[in-house]
Amino acid sequence: MATGVFSGGRAKIAEKTLRTDRWWLQPALTVFVLLSFIVYATFRAFENAHYFAEPLISPFYSPCLSDACVKGSSLLGRPFGIFHVFGATFSPSLFILIFPLGFRMTCYYYRKAYYRAFWMSPPACAVAEPHAKYTGETRSPLILQNAHRWFFYAGLVFNVILSVDAILAFRNPDKQWGHMSIGTLVLLANATFLWLYSASCHTCRHTIGGRLRNFSKHPVRYKLWTYVSILNHKHQNFAWVSLFGVALCDLYVRQVSAGSITNLYFF
Amino acid sequence: MARKLKLRIWRGNSTDGGLQDVVVDANEGEVVLDVIHRVQADQMNDLAVRWNCKAGKCGSCSMEINGKPRLACMTRVASFEEDETITLTPLRAFPVIKDLVTDVSFNYKKAMEIPAYEAPAELKAGEARMAQVDVERSQEFRKCIECFLCQDTCHVIRDHEENKKSFAGPRFFIRIAELDMHPLDMLRNRKQKAQEEHGLGMCNITKCCTEVCPEHIRITDNAIIPMKERVVDVKYDPARWLGSKIRKRDGIL
Amino acid sequence: MSNSLERYKYDIVVIGAGGAGLRAAVEAREAGLRVAIICKSLFGKAHTVMAEGGVAASMGNVNDSDNWMVHFRDTMRGGKFLNHYRMAELHAKEAPERVWELEMWGALFDRTKEGKISQRNFGGHEYPRLAHVGDRTGLELIRTMQQRIVALQQKDARDHGDAESFIKVFAELTVTDILKDNGKVSGAYGYWRESGKEVLFEAPAVILATGGVGKTFKITSNSWEGTGDGHALALKAGGNLVDMEFLQFHPTGMVWPPSVRGLLVTESVRGDGGVLTNTDGIRFMFNYIPDVFKDKYADNEAEADRWYTDQANNRRPPELLPRDEVARAINSEVKAGRGTEHGGVFLDVSKRLPADVIKKKLPSMWHQFYELAGVDITKEAMEVGPTCHYVMGGVEVDPDSAAAVGVPGLFAAGEVAGGMHGSNRLGGNSLSDLLVFGRRAGIGAVDYVKGGAANPVSETSIHTAQEKIEKPFKQEGGENPYALHQELQEVAHNLIGIIRTKSEIEEAISKIAQIRQRAANVTVGGERLFNPGFHLIFDLDNMLLVAESTAKSALLREESRGGHTRDDFPGMNATWRQVNHISSFDGNQVNVKQQSLPSMPKELFDLFDIHELEKYMTSEEIAKGGSN
Repeated sequence: MATGVFSGGRAKIAEKTLRTDRWWLQPALTVFVLLSFIVYATFRAFENAHYFAEPLISPFYSPCLSDACVKGSSLLGRPFGIFHVFGATFSPSLFILIFPLGFRMTCYYYRKAYYRAFWMSPPACAVAEPHAKYTGETRSPLILQNAHRWFFYAGLVFNVILSVDAILAFRNPDKQWGHMSIGTLVLLANATFLWLYSASCHTCRHTIGGRLRNFSKHPVRYKLWTYVSILNHKHQNFAWVSLFGVALCDLYVRQVSAGSITNLYFF
Repeated sequence: MARKLKLRIWRGNSTDGGLQDVVVDANEGEVVLDVIHRVQADQMNDLAVRWNCKAGKCGSCSMEINGKPRLACMTRVASFEEDETITLTPLRAFPVIKDLVTDVSFNYKKAMEIPAYEAPAELKAGEARMAQVDVERSQEFRKCIECFLCQDTCHVIRDHEENKKSFAGPRFFIRIAELDMHPLDMLRNRKQKAQEEHGLGMCNITKCCTEVCPEHIRITDNAIIPMKERVVDVKYDPARWLGSKIRKRDGIL
Repeated sequence: MSNSLERYKYDIVVIGAGGAGLRAAVEAREAGLRVAIICKSLFGKAHTVMAEGGVAASMGNVNDSDNWMVHFRDTMRGGKFLNHYRMAELHAKEAPERVWELEMWGALFDRTKEGKISQRNFGGHEYPRLAHVGDRTGLELIRTMQQRIVALQQKDARDHGDAESFIKVFAELTVTDILKDNGKVSGAYGYWRESGKEVLFEAPAVILATGGVGKTFKITSNSWEGTGDGHALALKAGGNLVDMEFLQFHPTGMVWPPSVRGLLVTESVRGDGGVLTNTDGIRFMFNYIPDVFKDKYADNEAEADRWYTDQANNRRPPELLPRDEVARAINSEVKAGRGTEHGGVFLDVSKRLPADVIKKKLPSMWHQFYELAGVDITKEAMEVGPTCHYVMGGVEVDPDSAAAVGVPGLFAAGEVAGGMHGSNRLGGNSLSDLLVFGRRAGIGAVDYVKGGAANPVSETSIHTAQEKIEKPFKQEGGENPYALHQELQEVAHNLIGIIRTKSEIEEAISKIAQIRQRAANVTVGGERLFNPGFHLIFDLDNMLLVAESTAKSALLREESRGGHTRDDFPGMNATWRQVNHISSFDGNQVNVKQQSLPSMPKELFDLFDIHELEKYMTSEEIAKGGSN
């Protein structure tokens, strides 16, 4: 039965959309970039190698929590033993990647991006979507999107850990303080982008002040809310920048760890 | 100065219709509505189009221009290429009446379903005191001119007729947000109703409403997402739920 | 035909769903009556949305010296004492309550530091008096009223099981006739604009709240709805129009580019620092301060500029003179060859305030011109000139009940009613007028309905109304309504526009009569379904009556006052202040007679400085010191 823009009573127009601009470009780009990231991240998560080069650790593997971790990479100890799945060592990356992944999967911006690009629901504004039925986020599994705030809290923990990693990178390979390398900058930039991404998050904006009915009774929280609101305008940009940041940061550490490049020290 | 403009206008009614080509003069500085009026006066006396203020303030001349939901009075002719054909159709989320005029009664039905503002019972006229910072969020939503372009573009109903009964749409999510953020409103179950009765959960925040809003109201970021977060507070967050049971927190629930 | 006719029975029919109509409907519903609200466009789109400045009410939130007496004085002064004193009095006294009431219904005005409703300065008002929401106050008012109606309907749904059991909105319906039987109103007749199907309302009382007449003129800020429907309906029902020569040409309408032609540049642009200059770059308003205002307005740029920061010790800039003075000044500049090629002058705020301040203070002004015409008011001057904005004249009513004189059962409120604003309306007084007299019309109609018996509609009345609607489809090869409308607009704008002379007015009268003859043979193509050409035929008929009333009243008034400027009689004359012009319609033409203006009672008379009154009144009136 005809539904949507072809429903009975609506203007009889054969086209799914009459848009004349390149509306498909944005979703196509999103698919390309996100898929590239997923392929790379999956490869790295299962590679289980080249994630540590004293004092640099890849954000994909920090904190390294299992006995499988290479020496010196476990900031918070090793509560987990070595697992083997189908004969392969279970990558310690998998213990932690679930959290940033969850944070981004439930992020209000990424939801928009992947609902449009992957689900095509809708592919672009005023372009008919291909699905016969639609229930949105009202039932499982998508109702779990409402758990965004828990992933936000978890994300904050990771931001702290990765910030510590960046501070620890002010050492040389002999663990002496007072040194700085390109790797230090890379880790610092990564941590900064992640903080900006978290601070600009809609849940953050809600928690810090958005949930209040009367701002005038909470002047400090109101002030903070206005700052977060400014960042929130740029949440989309921070989402992408921090995504690239994490991938490039990991790539840098990987190349150093694998010996392909040398981590250049300024002092 | 004048240029020949190629228009393709949808003409018809609820049972049949199609696109018709016309060529019309357009002057510098004119908007699409000016040109439609010229077509109406010279070539198609009975061309149906809704309009009022011609100043982007009343939200009457909503239509789809080259497939995009827009106000005809806010779309400048100069924004199109010299030889571009401009296609004008009625809103495609609502039943058509004639030509560019659609039946938007859906929106008035939905308006009826949103509980009105409830002033504190003891408050006397003239005694209300509200800080500017406390009314600003709601004031943004009250800029709405009810052009219903957000409703038209929202795929939840545009692409799924069957959802119309259970989904209020972006225009009414900002109305709910306006009231839930109103410093004096007494009704405290707006969040629950938003989720359970007005279909807030159907929204997948794909932001087309924000993209088309001629008043630049940040519908998704400032109304829908904050409402979704408020719904989480009262429905899906055990910590908040518990907290609210233990002590009634000031001004939150 | 009348078997299939759609029929409704109501206690009160309100024609017009702007601020006044909705306020009247709320009052009638709260008194327990059943009300039909009829609007020509969709619900919530009425021209009220266009009001930007604010709603004037002497709440005294910003300056506590303000009170109703000051507001009353300002209103009378603005209207050049031609106002019906009683309307101005009621208006000034009741406006604050009406504004507070809106707040109780959910309106969110801008606030003062103490959390009260903020009030801003405006031309002609002695103190900051206009409650506002940025520059979209009209939208706030109409939306609040609309939501109030919905709230009442929701309550009816709970209490009576049907949301529309007491109030029903008939959107996109045109009323073509007020029906009368036994000398009293018996209902209204019209048709759905969508389908062209005819509708009969049986009701003992009808409230007109149809707004203005701007579409009679070529350059106007009014939307297509401003076609004088209520004015014409009242005339045809046997009512009178009072002082139709007084039309407000807003001094600063955009004259260029075409996509924004006629749109208003709100007075706040001048209130916030905008200045008017001619093509020589001269700030010319200093040359146009009338003697009566010499002590209130600065005569040099230095003092005028100081006023923006220190209002206590400086006189205000002449850009803030009452509208008619500003309009006249601009017109003189243009006529003297110091205007732009499009017939305007420059209004510039970009050199006076930083861009971000302009955007904050005048958000929708900026937005509107930038989006509509690519004009950035933070960077360039606007090209402005007089545009037809508001009609002071209107249905002659009893001030207290808003009952139309001479037609039992007919009421009028808002712009369609006359008398309140005299010869010139102050900015901000129209929104308060809507609320005060909308409510009073509601009460007046309720009292009338409760005190009287039913008045059934006769078949003859229905038949007459039907014939009129069918006629345009039956004729062939006649006149094009669009062409006739354009001709009328040219005539009105050029001959009875902002500046008038005897010969031109006489020419207008004969041309209007000719157009009216041709309009009787108008035909329309297509069918009844949403046919704009068909709709225009009825609007045209109304505008012709309005234009005729205006022209004939203007011819009689041999003086210049407020919104009526005669080149051949440039001065204001105290004898003419005692005269109202009353238009009536005999079925063939409009006749205008003179009637004396009711004089103020002593307690109101004594509110004024006697020296001020001497500028307006005859020595006999001054000696008498008010009536009784």
